[in-house]
Amino acid sequence: MKRPAPGNSVIIALVLAGVMGAFAAFAADQAVDANGQLEDPGLQTRFEGITQQLRCLVCQNESIADSNADLAVDLRRQVREMLVAGKSNDAIFDFMTARYGEFVRFNPPLEPKTLALWGAPFFMLLLGGVIIYRVARQRARMPLDDEPAPGQTRS
Amino acid sequence: MWKFLLPFAAFVGLVVLFAFGLNPSRDIHALPSPLIGKQAPAFALTDVLDPSHAVSNAALKDQVYVLNVWATWCVPCREEHEALLAISRQHVVPIIGLNWKDQRERAKQWLEQLGNPYQAVAFDGDGRTAIEWGVYGAPETYLVDRQGRVVYKFISPMTLQVWDREFLPRIAAARRGGA
Repeated sequence: MKRPAPGNSVIIALVLAGVMGAFAAFAADQAVDANGQLEDPGLQTRFEGITQQLRCLVCQNESIADSNADLAVDLRRQVREMLVAGKSNDAIFDFMTARYGEFVRFNPPLEPKTLALWGAPFFMLLLGGVIIYRVARQRARMPLDDEPAPGQTRS
Repeated sequence: MWKFLLPFAAFVGLVVLFAFGLNPSRDIHALPSPLIGKQAPAFALTDVLDPSHAVSNAALKDQVYVLNVWATWCVPCREEHEALLAISRQHVVPIIGLNWKDQRERAKQWLEQLGNPYQAVAFDGDGRTAIEWGVYGAPETYLVDRQGRVVYKFISPMTLQVWDREFLPRIAAARRGGA
Protein backbone atom coordinates (compact mmCIF):
# COMPACT_ATOMS: atom_id res chain seq x y z
CA MET A 1 0.00 0.00 0.00
CA LYS A 2 1.35 3.38 -0.99
CA ARG A 3 0.33 6.52 0.77
CA PRO A 4 1.27 9.89 -0.66
CA ALA A 5 4.08 11.29 1.41
CA PRO A 6 2.80 14.27 3.41
CA GLY A 7 6.11 16.02 2.82
CA ASN A 8 5.40 16.38 -0.92
CA SER A 9 2.53 18.79 -0.58
CA VAL A 10 4.51 20.85 1.91
CA ILE A 11 7.38 21.10 -0.54
CA ILE A 12 5.05 22.04 -3.40
CA ALA A 13 3.40 24.71 -1.24
CA LEU A 14 6.78 26.11 -0.26
CA VAL A 15 7.98 26.21 -3.87
CA LEU A 16 4.76 27.92 -4.97
CA ALA A 17 5.02 30.44 -2.16
CA GLY A 18 8.61 31.11 -3.15
CA VAL A 19 7.74 31.65 -6.80
CA MET A 20 4.83 33.94 -5.92
CA GLY A 21 6.98 35.87 -3.49
CA ALA A 22 9.60 36.35 -6.16
CA PHE A 23 6.99 37.72 -8.55
CA ALA A 24 5.61 40.03 -5.87
CA ALA A 25 9.07 41.31 -5.09
CA PHE A 26 9.68 41.83 -8.79
CA ALA A 27 6.41 43.70 -9.23
CA ALA A 28 6.99 45.88 -6.20
CA ASP A 29 10.46 46.75 -7.34
CA GLN A 30 10.76 50.38 -8.28
CA ALA A 31 12.34 51.45 -11.48
CA VAL A 32 15.92 52.29 -10.63
CA ASP A 33 17.84 55.16 -12.11
CA ALA A 34 21.48 55.08 -13.04
CA ASN A 35 22.35 57.59 -10.34
CA GLY A 36 20.88 55.42 -7.59
CA GLN A 37 19.43 56.59 -4.31
CA LEU A 38 19.59 60.06 -2.86
CA GLU A 39 22.21 60.39 -0.15
CA ASP A 40 19.87 61.94 2.38
CA PRO A 41 17.44 59.19 3.52
CA GLY A 42 14.81 61.84 4.31
CA LEU A 43 14.97 63.15 0.74
CA GLN A 44 14.89 59.60 -0.60
CA THR A 45 11.66 58.91 1.32
CA ARG A 46 10.11 62.11 -0.01
CA PHE A 47 11.36 61.26 -3.50
CA GLU A 48 9.62 57.88 -3.35
CA GLY A 49 6.44 59.42 -1.99
CA ILE A 50 6.28 62.09 -4.67
CA THR A 51 7.13 59.86 -7.61
CA GLN A 52 4.43 57.37 -6.55
CA GLN A 53 1.90 60.22 -6.64
CA LEU A 54 2.76 61.30 -10.17
CA ARG A 55 1.28 59.62 -13.18
CA CYS A 56 3.49 58.52 -16.02
CA LEU A 57 1.72 60.10 -18.98
CA VAL A 58 3.12 57.63 -21.48
CA CYS A 59 1.76 54.56 -19.68
CA GLN A 60 -1.12 56.19 -17.91
CA ASN A 61 -1.82 53.57 -15.28
CA GLU A 62 1.68 53.60 -13.90
CA SER A 63 3.31 56.09 -11.60
CA ILE A 64 6.61 57.63 -12.63
CA ALA A 65 8.15 55.66 -9.74
CA ASP A 66 7.25 52.35 -11.42
CA SER A 67 7.67 53.22 -15.06
CA ASN A 68 10.73 52.74 -17.19
CA ALA A 69 9.44 55.00 -19.94
CA ASP A 70 11.89 57.64 -21.08
CA LEU A 71 9.63 60.44 -19.92
CA ALA A 72 9.28 58.88 -16.45
CA VAL A 73 13.07 58.75 -16.18
CA ASP A 74 13.23 62.45 -17.10
CA LEU A 75 10.50 63.38 -14.63
CA ARG A 76 12.21 61.43 -11.84
CA ARG A 77 15.37 63.36 -12.61
CA GLN A 78 13.35 66.56 -12.40
CA VAL A 79 11.85 65.60 -9.01
CA ARG A 80 15.26 64.60 -7.70
CA GLU A 81 16.85 67.87 -8.75
CA MET A 82 14.05 69.92 -7.23
CA LEU A 83 14.35 68.01 -3.94
CA VAL A 84 18.09 68.54 -3.81
CA ALA A 85 17.50 72.22 -4.57
CA GLY A 86 15.37 72.36 -1.43
CA LYS A 87 11.93 72.64 -3.07
CA SER A 88 8.88 71.64 -1.04
CA ASN A 89 6.59 68.76 -2.06
CA ASP A 90 3.87 71.27 -2.93
CA ALA A 91 6.25 73.22 -5.15
CA ILE A 92 7.10 70.02 -7.02
CA PHE A 93 3.45 69.02 -7.47
CA ASP A 94 2.65 72.56 -8.63
CA PHE A 95 5.49 72.41 -11.12
CA MET A 96 4.16 69.16 -12.60
CA THR A 97 0.53 70.30 -12.59
CA ALA A 98 1.39 73.56 -14.35
CA ARG A 99 2.97 71.59 -17.19
CA TYR A 100 0.97 68.39 -17.42
CA GLY A 101 -2.38 69.30 -15.82
CA GLU A 102 -4.26 67.82 -12.84
CA PHE A 103 -4.24 64.45 -14.57
CA VAL A 104 -0.59 63.99 -13.64
CA ARG A 105 -1.55 63.67 -9.97
CA PHE A 106 -2.92 60.38 -8.66
CA ASN A 107 -4.23 62.23 -5.63
CA PRO A 108 -5.58 65.55 -6.90
CA PRO A 109 -6.43 68.22 -4.30
CA LEU A 110 -10.07 68.87 -3.46
CA GLU A 111 -11.12 72.08 -5.18
CA PRO A 112 -14.12 73.29 -7.22
CA LYS A 113 -12.69 71.74 -10.39
CA THR A 114 -12.27 68.30 -8.80
CA LEU A 115 -15.48 68.38 -6.77
CA ALA A 116 -17.29 66.01 -9.15
CA LEU A 117 -14.36 63.59 -8.97
CA TRP A 118 -14.25 63.50 -5.18
CA GLY A 119 -17.99 63.82 -4.68
CA ALA A 120 -19.15 61.14 -7.14
CA PRO A 121 -18.53 58.13 -4.82
CA PHE A 122 -20.49 59.78 -2.00
CA PHE A 123 -23.25 60.74 -4.39
CA MET A 124 -23.43 57.13 -5.60
CA LEU A 125 -23.55 55.90 -2.01
CA LEU A 126 -26.35 58.31 -1.20
CA LEU A 127 -28.25 57.32 -4.33
CA GLY A 128 -27.90 53.62 -3.50
CA GLY A 129 -29.04 54.29 0.06
CA VAL A 130 -32.15 56.11 -1.12
CA ILE A 131 -33.02 53.30 -3.54
CA ILE A 132 -32.56 50.61 -0.89
CA TYR A 133 -34.61 52.61 1.61
CA ARG A 134 -37.48 53.02 -0.82
CA VAL A 135 -37.47 49.39 -1.93
CA ALA A 136 -37.36 48.25 1.68
CA ARG A 137 -40.31 50.42 2.63
CA GLN A 138 -42.32 49.17 -0.32
CA ARG A 139 -41.58 45.57 0.65
CA ALA A 140 -42.56 46.24 4.25
CA ARG A 141 -46.00 47.31 3.11
CA MET A 142 -46.53 44.16 1.05
CA PRO A 143 -47.87 41.10 2.87
CA LEU A 144 -45.71 38.03 2.66
CA ASP A 145 -47.26 35.13 0.74
CA ASP A 146 -46.74 32.51 3.39
CA GLU A 147 -47.74 34.71 6.29
CA PRO A 148 -50.91 33.49 7.91
CA ALA A 149 -53.72 36.00 7.84
CA PRO A 150 -54.72 37.26 11.26
CA GLY A 151 -57.00 34.84 13.11
CA GLN A 152 -55.85 31.81 11.14
CA THR A 153 -53.47 29.17 12.25
CA ARG A 154 -50.88 27.53 10.17
CA SER A 155 -51.88 24.08 9.05
CA MET B 1 -45.27 59.95 -13.86
CA TRP B 2 -41.94 59.64 -12.02
CA LYS B 3 -41.91 55.93 -12.68
CA PHE B 4 -41.60 56.70 -16.37
CA LEU B 5 -39.58 59.88 -16.24
CA LEU B 6 -36.75 58.77 -13.97
CA PRO B 7 -35.63 55.72 -16.01
CA PHE B 8 -36.01 57.76 -19.16
CA ALA B 9 -33.78 60.51 -17.76
CA ALA B 10 -31.24 57.88 -16.70
CA PHE B 11 -31.34 56.42 -20.21
CA VAL B 12 -30.74 59.80 -21.84
CA GLY B 13 -27.88 60.39 -19.39
CA LEU B 14 -26.26 57.11 -20.38
CA VAL B 15 -26.66 57.84 -24.09
CA VAL B 16 -24.87 61.18 -23.64
CA LEU B 17 -22.15 59.53 -21.55
CA PHE B 18 -21.56 56.76 -24.08
CA ALA B 19 -21.70 59.12 -27.05
CA PHE B 20 -18.81 60.96 -25.47
CA GLY B 21 -16.95 58.07 -23.87
CA LEU B 22 -17.16 55.57 -26.73
CA ASN B 23 -16.66 58.05 -29.54
CA PRO B 24 -14.09 56.26 -31.75
CA SER B 25 -12.56 59.50 -33.01
CA ARG B 26 -11.70 60.62 -29.49
CA ASP B 27 -8.09 59.96 -28.59
CA ILE B 28 -8.34 58.65 -25.04
CA HIS B 29 -4.69 59.43 -24.40
CA ALA B 30 -4.91 63.05 -25.52
CA LEU B 31 -4.87 65.39 -22.55
CA PRO B 32 -5.83 69.04 -22.41
CA SER B 33 -2.74 71.19 -22.02
CA PRO B 34 -2.72 73.51 -19.00
CA LEU B 35 -0.45 75.73 -21.08
CA ILE B 36 -3.26 77.01 -23.32
CA GLY B 37 -3.63 80.75 -22.86
CA LYS B 38 -0.39 80.92 -20.89
CA GLN B 39 2.99 82.28 -21.85
CA ALA B 40 4.97 79.77 -23.88
CA PRO B 41 8.03 78.55 -21.94
CA ALA B 42 11.19 80.20 -23.16
CA PHE B 43 13.96 78.04 -24.49
CA ALA B 44 17.47 78.66 -25.75
CA LEU B 45 18.99 75.58 -27.32
CA THR B 46 21.42 74.79 -30.07
CA ASP B 47 20.52 74.05 -33.65
CA VAL B 48 20.41 70.37 -34.60
CA LEU B 49 22.19 71.09 -37.85
CA ASP B 50 24.78 73.43 -36.39
CA PRO B 51 25.64 73.18 -32.67
CA SER B 52 27.34 76.57 -32.76
CA HIS B 53 24.07 78.18 -33.80
CA ALA B 54 21.46 79.05 -31.12
CA VAL B 55 17.72 78.50 -31.47
CA SER B 56 15.55 80.48 -29.10
CA ASN B 57 11.88 81.41 -29.14
CA ALA B 58 12.78 84.89 -27.85
CA ALA B 59 13.81 85.57 -31.44
CA LEU B 60 10.20 84.88 -32.52
CA LYS B 61 8.66 87.64 -30.44
CA ASP B 62 5.77 89.39 -32.19
CA GLN B 63 5.39 86.46 -34.56
CA VAL B 64 2.83 83.72 -34.76
CA TYR B 65 4.73 80.43 -34.97
CA VAL B 66 4.30 76.69 -34.76
CA LEU B 67 6.45 74.44 -32.60
CA ASN B 68 6.57 70.82 -33.68
CA VAL B 69 8.01 68.20 -31.31
CA TRP B 70 9.57 65.28 -33.12
CA ALA B 71 12.28 62.63 -32.93
CA THR B 72 13.78 60.07 -35.26
CA TRP B 73 12.69 57.25 -32.92
CA CYS B 74 9.10 58.41 -33.25
CA VAL B 75 7.31 56.43 -35.95
CA PRO B 76 4.25 58.71 -36.31
CA CYS B 77 6.68 61.64 -36.80
CA ARG B 78 7.73 60.09 -40.06
CA GLU B 79 4.09 59.71 -40.94
CA GLU B 80 3.43 63.44 -40.51
CA HIS B 81 6.62 64.56 -42.23
CA GLU B 82 5.09 64.85 -45.70
CA ALA B 83 2.30 67.02 -44.30
CA LEU B 84 4.82 69.26 -42.52
CA LEU B 85 6.77 69.67 -45.76
CA ALA B 86 3.61 70.62 -47.62
CA ILE B 87 2.65 73.07 -44.85
CA SER B 88 6.09 74.67 -44.86
CA ARG B 89 5.74 75.27 -48.61
CA GLN B 90 2.62 77.34 -47.87
CA HIS B 91 4.85 79.83 -45.97
CA VAL B 92 2.02 80.75 -43.60
CA VAL B 93 3.98 80.74 -40.35
CA PRO B 94 7.48 79.67 -39.37
CA ILE B 95 7.62 76.07 -38.16
CA ILE B 96 10.16 75.54 -35.41
CA GLY B 97 11.21 71.98 -34.69
CA LEU B 98 11.95 70.67 -31.22
CA ASN B 99 14.05 67.57 -31.63
CA TRP B 100 13.21 65.64 -28.46
CA LYS B 101 15.60 63.19 -26.78
CA ASP B 102 17.27 62.30 -29.99
CA GLN B 103 20.76 62.01 -31.42
CA ARG B 104 22.07 64.90 -33.42
CA GLU B 105 23.53 62.75 -36.19
CA ARG B 106 20.32 60.81 -36.68
CA ALA B 107 18.23 63.96 -36.70
CA LYS B 108 20.56 65.53 -39.26
CA GLN B 109 20.34 62.46 -41.45
CA TRP B 110 16.53 62.45 -41.20
CA LEU B 111 16.31 66.06 -42.35
CA GLU B 112 18.77 65.52 -45.16
CA GLN B 113 17.00 62.43 -46.45
CA LEU B 114 13.36 63.43 -45.99
CA GLY B 115 13.60 67.19 -46.40
CA ASN B 116 13.52 69.97 -43.83
CA PRO B 117 10.18 71.68 -43.15
CA TYR B 118 11.57 73.70 -40.25
CA GLN B 119 12.86 77.24 -40.14
CA ALA B 120 15.07 76.07 -37.30
CA VAL B 121 15.31 72.90 -35.23
CA ALA B 122 16.20 73.16 -31.56
CA PHE B 123 18.05 70.19 -30.11
CA ASP B 124 16.56 69.07 -26.79
CA GLY B 125 18.74 66.04 -26.14
CA ASP B 126 18.03 65.75 -22.42
CA GLY B 127 14.32 66.56 -22.70
CA ARG B 128 14.33 69.48 -20.26
CA THR B 129 12.68 71.92 -22.64
CA ALA B 130 10.05 69.29 -23.45
CA ILE B 131 9.18 69.03 -19.72
CA GLU B 132 8.73 72.81 -19.62
CA TRP B 133 6.24 72.53 -22.47
CA GLY B 134 4.46 69.55 -20.94
CA VAL B 135 5.40 67.25 -23.80
CA TYR B 136 4.48 63.63 -23.09
CA GLY B 137 4.69 62.07 -26.51
CA ALA B 138 5.70 62.82 -30.03
CA PRO B 139 4.57 64.25 -32.31
CA GLU B 140 2.99 67.26 -30.65
CA THR B 141 2.38 70.58 -32.36
CA TYR B 142 1.88 73.90 -30.58
CA LEU B 143 0.62 77.21 -31.94
CA VAL B 144 1.98 80.36 -30.30
CA ASP B 145 0.53 83.82 -30.87
CA ARG B 146 2.25 87.20 -31.20
CA GLN B 147 2.10 87.84 -27.47
CA GLY B 148 3.97 84.60 -26.96
CA ARG B 149 0.96 82.71 -25.58
CA VAL B 150 0.23 79.10 -26.40
CA VAL B 151 -3.02 79.14 -28.35
CA TYR B 152 -3.44 75.51 -29.30
CA LYS B 153 -1.85 72.12 -28.85
CA PHE B 154 -2.37 69.24 -31.22
CA ILE B 155 -1.39 65.73 -30.15
CA SER B 156 -1.06 63.23 -33.03
CA PRO B 157 0.55 63.27 -36.45
CA MET B 158 -0.18 66.46 -38.33
CA THR B 159 -2.25 66.19 -41.49
CA LEU B 160 -3.28 68.79 -44.04
CA GLN B 161 -6.88 68.37 -42.92
CA VAL B 162 -5.96 69.16 -39.33
CA TRP B 163 -3.89 72.07 -40.52
CA ASP B 164 -6.77 73.54 -42.52
CA ARG B 165 -9.41 72.85 -39.88
CA GLU B 166 -7.61 73.56 -36.59
CA PHE B 167 -4.58 75.69 -37.33
CA LEU B 168 -5.37 78.10 -40.17
CA PRO B 169 -8.45 79.67 -38.48
CA ARG B 170 -6.51 80.08 -35.22
CA ILE B 171 -3.54 81.59 -37.03
CA ALA B 172 -5.85 84.09 -38.72
CA ALA B 173 -7.41 84.95 -35.35
CA ALA B 174 -3.99 85.27 -33.70
CA ARG B 175 -2.91 87.65 -36.45
CA ARG B 176 -6.02 89.80 -36.04
CA GLY B 177 -5.90 89.93 -32.26
CA GLY B 178 -3.31 92.17 -30.62
CA ALA B 179 -0.90 94.49 -32.37
